[in-house]
Amino acid sequence: MAILDNLEHAVDAQAMRGSLPTRYRYTAGVAGQKFLAALRDEGTLLGSRCDKCQYTYVPPRMYCERCFAALPESAWIRVGPSGTLLSFTLVHLDLEDKPLDPPRLLGLIQLDGASGTLVHDLSEVERRAVRIGLRVTAVFKTKPERSGSILDIRYFKPE
Amino acid sequence: MAMRRVAIIGAGMTRFVRRALETGRELSWEAAGQALQSCEMTLDDIESVVMGSAPDAFDGVHMKSEWLADGAGGWGKPYMRGYVGGGTGVFSVAQGWYHVASGLFDTCLVVCEEKMSPCKPHPQAAFISIFDNFTERPLGPNLLWIFALEMNAYMQRYGLKKEDIAQVAVKNKRNAADHPAALLGDPAITLQDVLNSEVLAWPVQRLDVSPVSDGAVAVVLAADHVARRVTNKPVWIEGVGWNLDTAHWTDRDLSYPTYVEEAARMAYTMAGITEPRKQINIAEPYDPFDYKELHHLEGLMLFDKGKAPEATALGVTQRNGDLPVCPSGGLLGVGNPIAAAGLMKIAEIFWQLREEAGARQVPGKPRRGVAQAWGDLMQVGTVVVLGR
Amino acid sequence: MATHNHVFPTTGLSQSDFDQNRVVTVDWVPRAEYAWDEGVAMGRYLQGLKEGKILGRVCHKCRRRLVPPRMFCEQCFRPTDEWFEAGDTGTVKTFSLCYVTWDMIKLDQPQIPAVIDIDGASPGMGIMHLLGDADPQAVRIGMKVWAVWRPVDQRAGAITDILYWKPM
Repeated sequence: MAILDNLEHAVDAQAMRGSLPTRYRYTAGVAGQKFLAALRDEGTLLGSRCDKCQYTYVPPRMYCERCFAALPESAWIRVGPSGTLLSFTLVHLDLEDKPLDPPRLLGLIQLDGASGTLVHDLSEVERRAVRIGLRVTAVFKTKPERSGSILDIRYFKPE
Repeated sequence: MAMRRVAIIGAGMTRFVRRALETGRELSWEAAGQALQSCEMTLDDIESVVMGSAPDAFDGVHMKSEWLADGAGGWGKPYMRGYVGGGTGVFSVAQGWYHVASGLFDTCLVVCEEKMSPCKPHPQAAFISIFDNFTERPLGPNLLWIFALEMNAYMQRYGLKKEDIAQVAVKNKRNAADHPAALLGDPAITLQDVLNSEVLAWPVQRLDVSPVSDGAVAVVLAADHVARRVTNKPVWIEGVGWNLDTAHWTDRDLSYPTYVEEAARMAYTMAGITEPRKQINIAEPYDPFDYKELHHLEGLMLFDKGKAPEATALGVTQRNGDLPVCPSGGLLGVGNPIAAAGLMKIAEIFWQLREEAGARQVPGKPRRGVAQAWGDLMQVGTVVVLGR
Repeated sequence: MATHNHVFPTTGLSQSDFDQNRVVTVDWVPRAEYAWDEGVAMGRYLQGLKEGKILGRVCHKCRRRLVPPRMFCEQCFRPTDEWFEAGDTGTVKTFSLCYVTWDMIKLDQPQIPAVIDIDGASPGMGIMHLLGDADPQAVRIGMKVWAVWRPVDQRAGAITDILYWKPM
């Protein structure tokens, strides 16, 4: 007898609703802590460079992911605050599929000196003026407003 | 079996702590770096990577193993994750073993990492649906119930008292005082300390349990011809075994870990072991609770059913005894970052067989050891036999 | 000794590092809500509980009487053969006296979780539940117990339709 033969009516099937009671408190790690502290305290952006691989990580890492070499203090450099827009999107729906009003403009920004990109908001710009290759610059919160978060950068705007 | 011989040629780890500043990736990199350094190899020499790490929900990072890959040397390489709960640490070596034994790769870096500290209010929150959502969660269970129920069944079956069990916690925490990575080593702990500790879920008391921790361990595996170039003390993987029992845990005989026996048989057969008690010199069974060391020793067929407590009382399992058990200090002494803990036991046997265990060194030139881990819904057994 | 076994000295954090804001943190509460399907077997089992019955399935090949019921036997991998009704009495297979909740809050009176062999199911076929109306110090493995049910109009089709198991 197949299992499904035992189900007489589709409406007999029921579900139990629930959730998992987890919440999280994350720390940023050795490298992340330094990056966020510099952002909060000095309003500067840091990266770490592996000379052998010719690669600069932003946010910085304490080791090179490609060759596994340690990236000590001497390998840390300032990057940005300006950069180039390598991609962008206009987001119309939120996480629950409800419309965002206004839609949210996001960019993938390669900061000057970095090898990779960072995701962040774009503002003070018309959608029609946004294009790949646009030069942008970070707009920071004021020092008392900063807390050691990526949101200490308010957004990026055209340079 | 026409498989290539595989050796462990290097090992390294991080200290186990309650809460590390380092992210899981950074912990992985530190452990992997130590392991590579120990055999003077670089990431370029590594052809494949195996990552062992227990639930994503502990770190609160989805697809955790992918996220960890960079720190484990996995960037741009064939990379695989294994996860069998607490059994992971030992199982990861079985996975690494078949990467090399099959002939597919000459080297494999095995890394095990756990960062349980971000999970609030307690890592149990991530675990709670290990209980059946319909038949068990509505009762408001505590994970401790499962272990307490198992411990009680074991004690009752063989007429054991708390003292018979607590002596394991004393042995392991004292052993751990000599382990440089240990969180809970205590050279002065006494039986009375354990028996006086707070009752959590009788018969489980606070000092019967190893607490959650953060940490990582790594080992380097190599095929025969590579191993011999790198070291004159390769530690061979002689047998691997793994076995899973039913998830209907209340149907099982809780006084005996059949899944450990089945995994052990698989590993012993491969290693040509017919008389484990005579042919094995050191054992590192999984000991997140003191009673589990005894339970697992019996499942590993190193002592008859119900007889492990007696042997412990006679000193057989002390470092200078006839069959040293958990000379590292085990989970009770070193700590319990879930997946990393099992690999710590493998690393211990590696160092012991090479006579590099320092103050923890077991005398008598041990030639063969067995490491075992356990987990999931208390139903996985994973076993690896190592030999010189 | 630290370098001999290649141990990296992890940077441990303490509560005061957090209290004194020496460490940047981000808090997150995931919104992960689930609707777990009961399934065929469990659906009927829960319906049975609402009716005051403990139902199970029989595997004729393995000669096992399974509680809670399963639509397939995990040992021989065949579909199971028929329903049966087990009794609402049983024997304590193992138990614990638990003085803490899962999030480590202390309890004055212990909860008494137990694995109970159900009469009518195969021997060793236990379920987990709570003992109640029992002196914690008098609970023993091997003790006979019977189910205390919620009043009919308060049942929901859940395992908690049995309030607890009481020593006979």
